[in-house]
Amino acid sequence: MIEVQHLTKFFGSKRAVDDISFTLEKGEILGFLGPNGAGKSTTMRMITGFMPPSGGTAVIGGHDIRRDSLEARRKLGYLPENAPVYPDMSVFDYLDFCAEIRGFTGADRKKRVGDTIDKCFLGGVRHQTIGTLSKGYKQRVCFAQSILHDPEYLIMDEPTDGLDPNQKHEVRLMIREMSAEKAIILSTHILDEVDAVCTRAIIIAEGRIQADDTPAGLRTRSPYHGAVSLTFGPTDSGKLMSTLRSVEGVKNTILIDESRSEVSVRVLPRTRETLIADRIMAALSRDRYDLKSMYVEQGRLDEVFRNITM
Amino acid sequence: MRTKEFTNTVTAIFKREILGYFRSPVAYVFIAIFLLLLGFFTFYISHFFEMGQADLRAFFEWHPWIYMFLVPAVAMRLWAEERRMGTIELILTYPITVGEAILGKFLAAWIFIGIALSLTFPMVITVNYLGDPDPGAIFCGYVGSFLLAGAFLSVGSMTSAMTRSQVISFILAVVICLFFILAGYPPITEIFSGWAPGWLLKVVANLSFLSHFQSLQRGVIDLRDLIYYLSVIFFMLFANGIIIQNRST
Ligand SMILES: Nc1ncnc2c1ncn2[C@@H]1O[C@H](COP(=O)(O)OP(=O)(O)O)[C@@H](O)[C@H]1O
Ligand SMILES: [Mg+2]
Repeated sequence: MIEVQHLTKFFGSKRAVDDISFTLEKGEILGFLGPNGAGKSTTMRMITGFMPPSGGTAVIGGHDIRRDSLEARRKLGYLPENAPVYPDMSVFDYLDFCAEIRGFTGADRKKRVGDTIDKCFLGGVRHQTIGTLSKGYKQRVCFAQSILHDPEYLIMDEPTDGLDPNQKHEVRLMIREMSAEKAIILSTHILDEVDAVCTRAIIIAEGRIQADDTPAGLRTRSPYHGAVSLTFGPTDSGKLMSTLRSVEGVKNTILIDESRSEVSVRVLPRTRETLIADRIMAALSRDRYDLKSMYVEQGRLDEVFRNITM
Repeated sequence: MRTKEFTNTVTAIFKREILGYFRSPVAYVFIAIFLLLLGFFTFYISHFFEMGQADLRAFFEWHPWIYMFLVPAVAMRLWAEERRMGTIELILTYPITVGEAILGKFLAAWIFIGIALSLTFPMVITVNYLGDPDPGAIFCGYVGSFLLAGAFLSVGSMTSAMTRSQVISFILAVVICLFFILAGYPPITEIFSGWAPGWLLKVVANLSFLSHFQSLQRGVIDLRDLIYYLSVIFFMLFANGIIIQNRST
């Protein structure tokens, strides 16, 4: 379990991180979401023991990162922002060094380094100097370094930054595969990523937690959550709108688009919990409208994100 | 329990660093410049052959001045480079102490300079060919030179932790080293002898790298000189640790 307790960080008089607390259990993948400068990296740097907090602490698997730092760090894997690695070493030498510094020796170390190279698809560049690798490969080397010792707790700062879509997909798969027996925190500003990998998301803005929920839970905060979108063939939009407005539970209807061939409308329910799709269907079939498509919107994370952070 | 880990992590860092020197051409350039400068000063400025003396005094007297520029050049990347590349974020989140990281890096750089120093062995062969030098004095000269290099290096390691700019680190180190040399350099101390109290001059001169270096040249390893150098190194590396632990990035 990772327990983050009232973490606060001042840079001069600027409060970059402001009283952040949460706990994370194994099996969870927590996404840190937030605009640039929100304090995501600073929070992670304090959790990993790189930066001393101005206040508060983090407890990693029972070890306080401030008082029992070495034990806490032993349980952590960390992928810093921009994936820093020594450019003058070969991939193998670098990972071998990381394994050595974590106390692995002999055959165990060899096997561990070899397995990690295979797991991260680095076999083809095993003996290549890191400085000559592309950005995606460097990122993968740093990723490899963070999981080399099979840590119980994994902190990754923008793990898919700078990767192409296929590489992003691979990294997300790897993260998901590992997640069963680990607690993972990753930061991102890509909202799709939260949907793709996270079981939970914390939105941070100006150093504070603004929301802490599942991705689905966050989506229900969208103004369009539960709204019904409809597309029709050519029809009298005035009459259509009044039909829709008269359905019980409807708060509002918005004409999104009207052309010669199509009319699209969005119907908003009175409250988030009101289910209006059935009643709309009934009203529309009664009046024989030419309904082409209909779906209930889940709400969009980017809208929620914008509402919360702006 | 912790001693085993201590040795293990210091060794890991040491190995990575020292191999790092030889992975880049910089190491060979450094060694070449070191040997060329020493040769130039010893033979052309001090006229080693013309002096007709079978000792290495004309050789060792240049070491402080050459180290003053070359050792900070070796030391400047120790921490500044880690900070610039961001790898410091990894090295300081591994389960190792700051002291272990500092020591591993320091020892690697020190041994590297030691290797460069040992490549001056033709000088020893030459004096032995020319005459009948005192082997004790030569040995002490080398020990003193190596300790001196360590002291310069500890200064450079500390200044390297202060900044992510290697140039600034280099300049700071040269200035501090210059102070440590000049504090005991006779032409300078004589200027001050007119008006500064004698005891103060003595204290300052005792802080100088130079006076302890010269006393080692005389062919005896005085425990006081040894303790002096080791405490300078310890003090500088300790400051180095404090700087790293209180850095803002
Ligand atoms: N070492 C530092 N010194 C001063 N200010 C910093 C430092 N690191 C981060 N900051 C400031 O703290 C805030 C949070 O930064 P950061 O944690 O990097 O945000 P994020 O990772 O969410 O983009 C920013 O305003 C940034 O300028
Ligand atoms: Mg960041």
